[in-house]
Amino acid sequence: MERQEYNITAYTENQVGLLNRIAIIFSRRKINIESLNVSPSEIEGIHRFNIVIVETEEVVEKLAKQIEKQVEVLKVYYNTNADVIWQEMALYKVPTDVIAEKVLVERLLRENGARAVVIRKDYTVFETTGHREETDSLIKALQPYGLIEFVRSARIAIIKASEGFHRKLQEFERREPGEDVAENEFLNDREQVFTM
Amino acid sequence: MSTQTLAQPAASPAAAPATTPMTGAVATLQALVAEGVDTIFGYPGGAIIPIYDALYDFADSLNHVLVRHEQGGIHAAQGYARSSGRVGVALATSGPGATNLVTGLADAMIDSTPLVCITGQVFAHLLGTDAFQETDIINITTPVTKWNYQVTRAEEIPEALAKAFYIARSGRPGPVLVDITKNAQMQTFDAPAYEPCTHIRSYRPAPVVRKEYIEQAAALINSAKRPFILWGQGVVLGQAEQEFKEFVEKSGIPAAWTILGVGALATDHPLNVGMLGMHGNYGPNVLTNECDVLIAIGMRFDDRVTGRLDKYAKQAQVIHLDIDPTEIDKNVKTTVPVWGDCKETLPLLTALVERREHPEWLARFNDYNAQEVDAVIREELFPTSEELTMGEVMQQLNEITGGEAVIVSDVGQHQMIACRYARQNQSRSHVTSGGLGTMGFALPAAIGAKFGAPHRPVVAVIGDGGVQMTIQELGTIMQTGVDVKILILNNEFLGMVRQWQELFHQRRYSFVDIQSPDYVAVAAGYRIAGQRVATRADLRPALEKMLAHPGSFLLEVMVTKENNIFPMVPQGCSVAEIRLR
Repeated sequence: MERQEYNITAYTENQVGLLNRIAIIFSRRKINIESLNVSPSEIEGIHRFNIVIVETEEVVEKLAKQIEKQVEVLKVYYNTNADVIWQEMALYKVPTDVIAEKVLVERLLRENGARAVVIRKDYTVFETTGHREETDSLIKALQPYGLIEFVRSARIAIIKASEGFHRKLQEFERREPGEDVAENEFLNDREQVFTM
Repeated sequence: MSTQTLAQPAASPAAAPATTPMTGAVATLQALVAEGVDTIFGYPGGAIIPIYDALYDFADSLNHVLVRHEQGGIHAAQGYARSSGRVGVALATSGPGATNLVTGLADAMIDSTPLVCITGQVFAHLLGTDAFQETDIINITTPVTKWNYQVTRAEEIPEALAKAFYIARSGRPGPVLVDITKNAQMQTFDAPAYEPCTHIRSYRPAPVVRKEYIEQAAALINSAKRPFILWGQGVVLGQAEQEFKEFVEKSGIPAAWTILGVGALATDHPLNVGMLGMHGNYGPNVLTNECDVLIAIGMRFDDRVTGRLDKYAKQAQVIHLDIDPTEIDKNVKTTVPVWGDCKETLPLLTALVERREHPEWLARFNDYNAQEVDAVIREELFPTSEELTMGEVMQQLNEITGGEAVIVSDVGQHQMIACRYARQNQSRSHVTSGGLGTMGFALPAAIGAKFGAPHRPVVAVIGDGGVQMTIQELGTIMQTGVDVKILILNNEFLGMVRQWQELFHQRRYSFVDIQSPDYVAVAAGYRIAGQRVATRADLRPALEKMLAHPGSFLLEVMVTKENNIFPMVPQGCSVAEIRLR
């Protein structure tokens, strides 16, 4: 199986120490986390982890199950990049005089959809939002013009096929959860595996 | 309590539940009592003094066993949990007290043992200041606990402990640690009546059983020519011994066990074909690679069981019953996954399988067994050599106990002998460190096992290496008067490592030549009776004397120095490449 980027989405309780409990599932297997974002979700009190790793599906499925096994994790999904809408934000600090003087730089920023966040006499901070390749290409372009500082955020991703978590949470809060709450979607993929 | 209830304002529309003012320390102990705990293993220290102070008044309801080291405390709690089926409880102070629990937590985690460990912690306002005996035990223990939680206010205690017990014992059991800061132990608060936890929205103890997979599993079993059952501790943890026996007997399928599953089906049951794994029996290993349907029940395909994975049961369709979804497809790809508690799934499966016998298939196990008897077992149990073997000690012990004793084994060659040859008539009769292989486990675990099964004889079988790792627990035996029989099988070597050095490292015996003290004299120092034997003539009378002795007894048996444990699946080999010599 081929290694590729996977987006792991975990719905969790908001609990001190849970970040470590999740992080060590990766570090124990010497798997690097490419990107990690923790934020509120559409439901108050439920947090959402977005984790990006490069692995085979077989490994990602095992990791997803291990994360979901943690007491304070409600549900875990994993998706390829094709299954999600995703964005990363980047900030670039460049000397203001360069931008003012070089027409080329101004055009470059406009072409990349960069927006000025702060303009000072000495430097200007631009922001772009997009996929990794887009934010990366602007660094390369700005490098010759004295890029002072660069930072990129973690990835946030929305699952295209997701209906959100409201209905699922209601199921979780029942004492006897129905079938769709359990880890059964892993089983649903198996129809072809066994034939009599 | 009642006067307080009466004192509540009567007009209050939603009457607040009755509360009682108490300290966090008292609330901690009340929670233990409410959870049905009768025995706790612990060691006091600065940051847990308030709980020990409260314990002074709980002598009637909680039996506190003072151990000699926190590692001994947690292993004793494990032994208690394993022999009784209840949650084991260990107490320790902050810092070194807490870190001394780590080996036991890792052991309990990998062997799915239900534990609640309570550690003291420095005052909340000192957290992160490198205070005296401060250690970040929550982060240290995160990888080796099913759940852990730090309490910094007394109000959190009842709920934290209720969750701790619920999580430890439900689903796939495991160890839980609750760290309580000293201020929370001392603080007085209005404690509500204790309420056990029965539901956590983010936690599902067992997956929902899917009937279609039970049907598929039954169809596969009914079509099988050479089906083979592997069972593990899941049968014991699920208290499904009876359901398992009914499944085995109706389906007529030969069944083999992992070392933690031993005894769930009696060792002399006609369909019990023996032990799996690196030092398991010949037939079960070889025939794993010849069966057509492999039915794994409550076991996790540990590498010591499977040997080389890419040559493991490749010809077989695999049915895997497990309560833990992460175990399905983790090591061995499953054809039919049957998720759920085997207490629930086994009867559903039994109802659908046809009543069968597999005489020719079973005869193959018996043929292999005959070969193993000729090559290994006869000489091990009834040696013709002058020196004593570990196997004959177990054989004599079987004859005396009739398989009724709880055996607690340590780690190494004697452990494999104890697992292979100890007769077990019932479940929860063998306590051993399986997944982690913790030397030093047996002596403290045997103390706990006796408290957990006070009416059964408990025999700790330990090597001369392991016993020296936790020998100070003889002090616990002395002080509590607990009746533990200690059987040291002394081959004057770290025998298992020596065996590997002999077989795979050109007999370069690197630091395996370990000297022993005079164990009988050490025992005498602790006022424990003891004896040392080195001849066949003395063995049987000494074992009888040990078992008949009122109270604990240490018996050291000098056994042959350079015996190897066979059969053996060498590391990196397939189970079919198992060697008889």
